[in-house]
Parts: sequence; C-alpha cells; structure tokens
Amino acid sequence: MNREQESEEYSRGRHRFVQVTAACTFLLLIVGGLVTSNDAGLAVPDWPLSYGTWLPPMVGNIVYEHGHRMVAAFVGLLTVIVAVWLWLREPRRWVRRLGLAALAAVIAQGLLGGITVLFLLPRPVSIAHASLAQIFFCLMVSLAVVTGPGWRTEAVRTDDTGKPPLVDLASVTTLVIFVQLILGAAYRHSALDVLPHLVGAVVVTILVIRAVRRIRQRHTRQTPLRRAAWLLAGLLTLQLFLGLGAYLTQLAAAKTSQPPTDMVALTVAHLAVGALLLATSVALTLHAHRLLARPGEAVSLSAAGEEAAA
Amino acid sequence: MTMTRKLTVSLLVLLLLVLVGCAREETKPAETPAPTAAQTAPPVDPATAATITGKVTFQGTAPKANRLRMDADAACTKMHASPVLSQEVVVNDNGTLRWVFVYVKEGPGNRPFPTKKEPVVLDQKGCLYEPHVVGAMVNQEVQILNSDQTTHNIHPVPANNREWNRSMPPGSDKLVDSFAREEVMIPVKCNIHPWMRSYIGVLKHPFFAVTGADGSFTISGLPPGDYTLAAWQEKYGTVEQKVTVGAKESKEVEFTFSPSSGAGD
Repeated sequence: MNREQESEEYSRGRHRFVQVTAACTFLLLIVGGLVTSNDAGLAVPDWPLSYGTWLPPMVGNIVYEHGHRMVAAFVGLLTVIVAVWLWLREPRRWVRRLGLAALAAVIAQGLLGGITVLFLLPRPVSIAHASLAQIFFCLMVSLAVVTGPGWRTEAVRTDDTGKPPLVDLASVTTLVIFVQLILGAAYRHSALDVLPHLVGAVVVTILVIRAVRRIRQRHTRQTPLRRAAWLLAGLLTLQLFLGLGAYLTQLAAAKTSQPPTDMVALTVAHLAVGALLLATSVALTLHAHRLLARPGEAVSLSAAGEEAAA
Repeated sequence: MTMTRKLTVSLLVLLLLVLVGCAREETKPAETPAPTAAQTAPPVDPATAATITGKVTFQGTAPKANRLRMDADAACTKMHASPVLSQEVVVNDNGTLRWVFVYVKEGPGNRPFPTKKEPVVLDQKGCLYEPHVVGAMVNQEVQILNSDQTTHNIHPVPANNREWNRSMPPGSDKLVDSFAREEVMIPVKCNIHPWMRSYIGVLKHPFFAVTGADGSFTISGLPPGDYTLAAWQEKYGTVEQKVTVGAKESKEVEFTFSPSSGAGD
C-alpha cells in the first residue's frame, strides 16, 4: 500500500493519534506551568535522571518537576510515532515535513529543559523553553488540523475582501499572540516588568476583535472560520479575566511564605488559555489560507487550497 | 513587502531585542581582593577593643504569622505536633524582634581579619532551616546538615556569589562550602519544600550578630572608631545608625522596626 492508496480509515486513525498527541501536549503545558508557579524548577537538581534514578521519591515539589519530565517523555514518544507515521504514510510532503519539525521541536525542548535545570534557570533559557513549548503545541495543533477530515474535503474558496485581507489579519494576530506569550513568560521569569505584557494584551484584544468582526461581517458561511472566531472571542474574554485574577493573587502572594493555591491555579489557567488562544489563532490562519482567496483568485479545488496553505 | 511581512520582521526584531535584553550579563564584583600593604591598617589590639550591645525592638501590632502548609511531604508534617508558623517576622514576648542580622556596614576599612576557624552550621530539621538567619565570614566554612528523614535540596540564591543547587537525601554526609564575596543577605531555599527559607549574611569582618529569643545582640572586639551599624530584617529591610566607640568602651544601641518599615535592601 503506497501513500496515495492508503485507506481513509487508516488516515482517520492517524488523525486521531495526532489529536491525542496535541491533547497530551496541552496537558504537558499545564504541568510545566505548575512547575514554574510552585517554584519547583530546581526541585530535582540533576538531569536527565532525577536524583540519579528514573523514579525518585515523589514528595514535595519533586512531584511537579519529575511529573513534568515523565509527561514530557511520553509526549516525546508520541511525537516520534507521529513523525514516523506521517513520514511513511502521509502523501503530502509539506505535512511530512511538519511532522519532522514537530519532532525537532520536541527534542530541542527536552534539551532546553535540561539546560535550564543544569544552569539553575537562566532567564533566557527558561523563557526560550516556555516559548518553544508554545511553538511545539502549535505544530501539533496544525498537524491535527491538516490531517483532519475537514481539510480533506473539497473546499470552495471565497474572496478575501476587506483591508487588510483576513489571511493577513489572522497571520498577524497569531504572531502577536505568540509575542504576547513570550512577554508573559518574560514577566513570569522576572526578566521584564508586567507593562509590556499589558500593552501586548491591548494589541491582542484589538486584533482579535478585528478578526472576529471581519469573519462575522464577511465569512459567516465558512464554518471553520466562524467556529474559530467564536472560540477566539470566548477564549480572549476568559483570558483577560484570568490575567487580572492571576496578577492580583500574585500581588497578594508576596505576603505569603509559599505559593498560594489560588495564585497557582489562576496563573496556570492563564497560561493554558493563552496557549489555546494561540492554537485557535493558528487554526484560524490555516483555514483562512485554505478557504479564502484574494479577489479574482477563487477556485474550488481543495488541492489548490492545500498548496496555498502549505 | 506586504503588511504581514513587515509586521513579522518588526515583531521578530522586537523579540530578539527582548531576548538579548534578558540575556545581558550581570556585572558581578570581583572576589574579595587581598588588601595591599598601604591599605592595611594594623590588626585589632584586644586591649583597646570596644563592644556594642543592644536590642532590636518592634513597635506596633505584631503581624499574624502565616501557617506553613507542609502537607506536600508527609515526612515533614509527621515531625510537628502543632502548626508550624512562618519565621519571617518573629516578635518575642518582650516586644523585640528575632532573626535580625546586625552588622558593621562601614568602618573597619580594609583591615585584615582572619577567617574564623569554626564552621557555620546550617541544619535542615523538621523541614525548616536552623537557624533561620546566620552570619559567616568570607571564605568561612559553611556546613549544611540534613537531620530529616526526607530529601532536601539546598539552593543558595546569591546576587554576588556562585549559585549552586545540591540534593541531600536523608542520612547524607554534611555538605561543606563557603562564599567568596561579601553579601548581605544570601537567601537559601529548598525547592522541594517551598516554605523553607534561610538567609546567610557574608562579611569580610567578624562584626555581626543575629538577634535571638530576647532580641538582643552583642558585637565585640571592635577597634575604636566611627562605624555605621545596620540591622537587616527579612520583611522590613535595613535600618542604619552611626556609632562611635572609644578604646575599651561598651556602647548600647537600639534599633526599632515597625509594620510601616519598608523592605529595603
């Protein structure tokens, strides 16, 4: 059975597997957030082993740090399977390459995690670790989108009217959300004040509102775009409240001797919803590239849409 | 160049600048240099040495101490029959403050002082550091013990000294290290048990003390002269006062902290 001949059932299995990997990656992000919020990053001083063993005593903050390593190893294994599976069975070359990029990202991420522990959490490395986590999650979400049944069905491309075009608007929004997450990581790791992150929140809010309004005004017939717009709006609203809550509890936490539960919960939720916001924006951007054409370019070939997205 | 590309390039440049900014090298002072002959004052004459004694008082309503949540490690909770309170602010029964590091900040100059031979001992007991605040001379041996039946990691977070992080499983040998530069104060923490925190004050001279259960302190062996005396408290920061002592003189001073004292250096 060659790549072109593989059954639809087989590709559905692959899509499900990629979805599970993306879900596990999201869980990994949450566990990583728990490590930082509980100040557990150095609870295990050695790497790649933990206290010279694969299973140290799971007490205190070792639970978070070693738990993070265990989930990360599991996600790494899943990513290897995804990359190999895609390489052997996926007919689209750019999707196979995306799988390899995800594999490279998860390896680099593991190394960054080790470096940050061995060098006692140098800020640039910790921020890079937090940022690459988001990139890796986006790669997994992208793979989940492009291996899905929706992507395989033939799509009618419609005109991307309006200035700037939604394709550009969605791309910029994705990029700005990513920068905003980096600013958040820089604040979290005490490299920057909160002000750049607040300014970022304002810019993200403006861009998301523009993108959502554009979709509601001109692209309501494109179901993937409509769904992404509603999701973006909901996540952004939730994210703003979580950000405020996380900041206020963090201020209150300065008076305590250990990280309070409400501060940890709100901060990690803020991080997680931020990741979902970015992932939704990535999905919107991908769908926009596939479903929209600049005026006069509209065609009804899904293959052409895929090439455009690639 | 389209709008997307322009914005992409701008944002990437911004990101690069942020990361470069984060990665900037922090300037650290050099290790304590050996004083030159010209700078070196004569050693302290014990026959003229003065003493400063005093106490650190607390004015106002004592803040309510936070209860430490040790439930993340059963071995820690098992070691305490009653709730354990934070040692951040400990107001003694006589209205004085415990765990205040009192030291001579200015005055001894570059006079050489031999490093104390006896080691400073910091124990991990009941998932707390004992003592909570301690002083050491530059290059003085610091011994760290683990008297608990659980694993700790010991992690000093200095600004001017070498940072390190080592694990200490139960029953492990004492860990010996020292600090090469002056620094007031170096926080020490256990990342496994986030409530554990201690502070080490490192000085080139031996003129320091930590207040105890009666809030008093004694600094002896001082050569006659003018000094700036400082008192550091974990929550309320540092207060200073000038003191002049003559030969063989015993002088009494008092420091006062209040809830409005801001955390300084």
